[in-house]
Amino acid sequence: MRIEHCYFCSGNVYPGHGTAFVRNDSKYFRFCSSKCHKNFKMKRNPRKLRWTKAFRKAAGKEMTIDSTLEFEKRRHVPVRYNRQLVAATLKAMNRVGEIRKRREVAFWKNRMAANSQRRKLADKKEVSKSINLLPGIKASAKAAASAQTVKQKVKVPAKRSNLASAGGSGQKMSMDMD
Amino acid sequence: MSGPVKSLKSIAPVPTATDFLDIVLSKTQRKTPTVIHKNFKISRIRSFYMRKVKFTQECFNEKLDAILSEFPILDNLHPFLSSLMNVLYDKNHYKLALGQLNTARHLIDQVSKDYIRLMKFGDSLYRCKQLKRAAMGRMATVMRRQKDPLAYLEQVRQHIARLPSIDPTTRTLLICGYPNVGKSSFINKITRADVDVQPYAFTTKSLFVGHMDYKYLRWQVIDTPGILDHPLEEMNTIEMQSITAMAHLRSAILYFMDLSEQCGYTVEAQCKLFSSIKPLFANKPVSIVFNKIDVTTFDDLTEEKKKAVQEVLADGDVKDMKLSCMSEEGIMDVRNQVCETLLAHRVDTKMRGSKINSVVNRIHVAQPKPRDDVERTAQIPDVVKQRKGYDKEDPERRKLERDIEEANGGTGVYSVDLHKYYLLENDDWKKDTMPEFLNGHNVADFVDPDIEEKLEALEREEEKLEAEGFYNSDEDILDSEEEETRANAEAIRGQNNLIKLKSQDQTRKKKSAIMPRTQQSRTLSDMTADLASKGIDASNIEGRAIALAKSKGLVGKRKHDDVEMAEDDEGASDEEGMEVDEDKQSSKKSKGVAAADKAAHPRAPKKNRAVGGLGSKANEDQAKKYRSLAQREPARLSKASESDRHIQTTKPKWMLSGKRKMGTNSRR
Repeated sequence: MRIEHCYFCSGNVYPGHGTAFVRNDSKYFRFCSSKCHKNFKMKRNPRKLRWTKAFRKAAGKEMTIDSTLEFEKRRHVPVRYNRQLVAATLKAMNRVGEIRKRREVAFWKNRMAANSQRRKLADKKEVSKSINLLPGIKASAKAAASAQTVKQKVKVPAKRSNLASAGGSGQKMSMDMD
Repeated sequence: MSGPVKSLKSIAPVPTATDFLDIVLSKTQRKTPTVIHKNFKISRIRSFYMRKVKFTQECFNEKLDAILSEFPILDNLHPFLSSLMNVLYDKNHYKLALGQLNTARHLIDQVSKDYIRLMKFGDSLYRCKQLKRAAMGRMATVMRRQKDPLAYLEQVRQHIARLPSIDPTTRTLLICGYPNVGKSSFINKITRADVDVQPYAFTTKSLFVGHMDYKYLRWQVIDTPGILDHPLEEMNTIEMQSITAMAHLRSAILYFMDLSEQCGYTVEAQCKLFSSIKPLFANKPVSIVFNKIDVTTFDDLTEEKKKAVQEVLADGDVKDMKLSCMSEEGIMDVRNQVCETLLAHRVDTKMRGSKINSVVNRIHVAQPKPRDDVERTAQIPDVVKQRKGYDKEDPERRKLERDIEEANGGTGVYSVDLHKYYLLENDDWKKDTMPEFLNGHNVADFVDPDIEEKLEALEREEEKLEAEGFYNSDEDILDSEEEETRANAEAIRGQNNLIKLKSQDQTRKKKSAIMPRTQQSRTLSDMTADLASKGIDASNIEGRAIALAKSKGLVGKRKHDDVEMAEDDEGASDEEGMEVDEDKQSSKKSKGVAAADKAAHPRAPKKNRAVGGLGSKANEDQAKKYRSLAQREPARLSKASESDRHIQTTKPKWMLSGKRKMGTNSRR
């Protein structure tokens, strides 16, 4: 028995799960879920659907070339059972898994590295664009920023408060008729 | 070579002369135009009658041709068939009949040719018609004269159809001898033929064929009628058939002799017959078979008879065999021996023939030559030599899987342990169970004899990467300014989000009924909180509002509890909240409400009928409680009253529009 891979999303298909389709040229298609099966029947290309492994790999979102990935392979050379070999294999599987996970994290970080600069720029832009919305800048600070327009400034928040209270206190108006 | 024989069988029936005429004339009538008038153009009339004559002639010609081509020409047949037909139907007679038909065909052709020529000079319908009549009449006369040949040929056809289909080239056993010596009994024994056997001479009057299998080959056995010992010229048709078969078929001859003389012919006479027909057996394997050995064997014979028989056996390579059809003794031996001899003989003749060269040239049989004088005998290991044959009774016998099964509970209980046949480095491992999966991976995909080296290499690579600082997280550390910017940006985004939500809320509200401003409630505390959240100091506004309220006498001791009161008692909070607000309308309204509270409506009921008839205060409370409980569900469903069974929307759009069932519902 084997853990197969879904033809569409490349997810694991455990024995007794999923469905299979055998085309008349005897190619075997396994599907982990009805979703994958339906998408296949709609002749969709898994490389073009963002949620599939195929897309993520094709779009460079996941590690594809790595020495840790070379360990898992379907080999066509039968190997006779050897207790030591199997023990070594099991150990190796765990170790390779650890290393792979670590590298994946590194890969992700590397992929996301460009974001921090972009984020800083976006922050600056946000602040420069709409400083007036900053709640931390209290009325006094604002007043200090522009002292000559006191009259106007008072008026505007008063109006706003009216509107806001009208919206915010819905429960108060309901049960008056009781 | 079964082709000509087959075609002999499939000759079409030959009609009698009168039938022949009827067929042809009616065909002419059917297949040619029938309507003609004397006032037609003369060329048309001529061609009409010419066509009739020509068509009739063609019909005759066609049919006679068919007969002539279907009957075989004797000289072209296999010598056996041709001489058999000569014997049966008389070659001369046969040739004559066919020749006559051929002549008739020519005559008819001639007649039609003449009359067509004459018809060209016919000057009226009547003349042309008379010429046609004359032509047909003459053709009919010619045909009518062929009555006898046609009848004879029909007879021949019928007889040919009933002839046994003898293939002259295949492996054949030919049984011959005096009448009544048991030839037919023998063929009945060895083949599936069903030849009539009777205790009188000449029971078999023609050739019979039976088939049998030997060495996966098909063999043909021919039973001939008995022959008597007299010159060839005096032989009758029945005997002649035997002679033909003997003379022309390449076969193994079985000359049957009846030593018991029950057939009515002496042993000497039988020997004499053999000697006289011997020339026919040249180049054929001949065997003399003594039949009826259950009655008399060779040893029982008198000296003279023995001598006569031995004389016959002496010359040439004639074998003697014995059998009894009665007791079925030696039948199969005789058959097998004769078949073997014939096979050998056929191979021998083929080898001597000229055709064989083309085959032999292409065959090469390789014979290994010894390279030196060392003798290389078969090498049999000692283990094999010492191995005992398997014997079920021997208690020391080899143990079979079946024995183990029996020892362990027999079929259905015992199950074979295939693990014990595994070929592994260490026998202890045979019972091991190998894990198939680990952490969602197939273990089999990782099994690799070089896995340790590969893992080693990976570890080294990993160390190298670590040393290079591949895993060092170079997380950007923000300085204090950037940190502030980030915090501010986050706050702004939060604010933006709030604004967005509010706006969405407004849009939603626009679509629903709006509570009129007069009905809305707002409190001083709400306002101050709101202002505070916006960073505006509302203490002076609050102070002014409280002062105003005091001046109106609305707020007394309880002024600091107003928020809690708003939650406790809606009615009360309503009044107070409205009071402190600066809105004129709400203050007006609150005055109205307060007035209503103070002075009851003039027509208001004197008693509260809801609690009428209830004894104590406790009962009233109870009743109130029950009422509110009962009203809970209708209130939830916005029912106007108990009797309100109205369904607001019978077919809600959201429930019924859009695709469902496997498709998308994103349109809704």
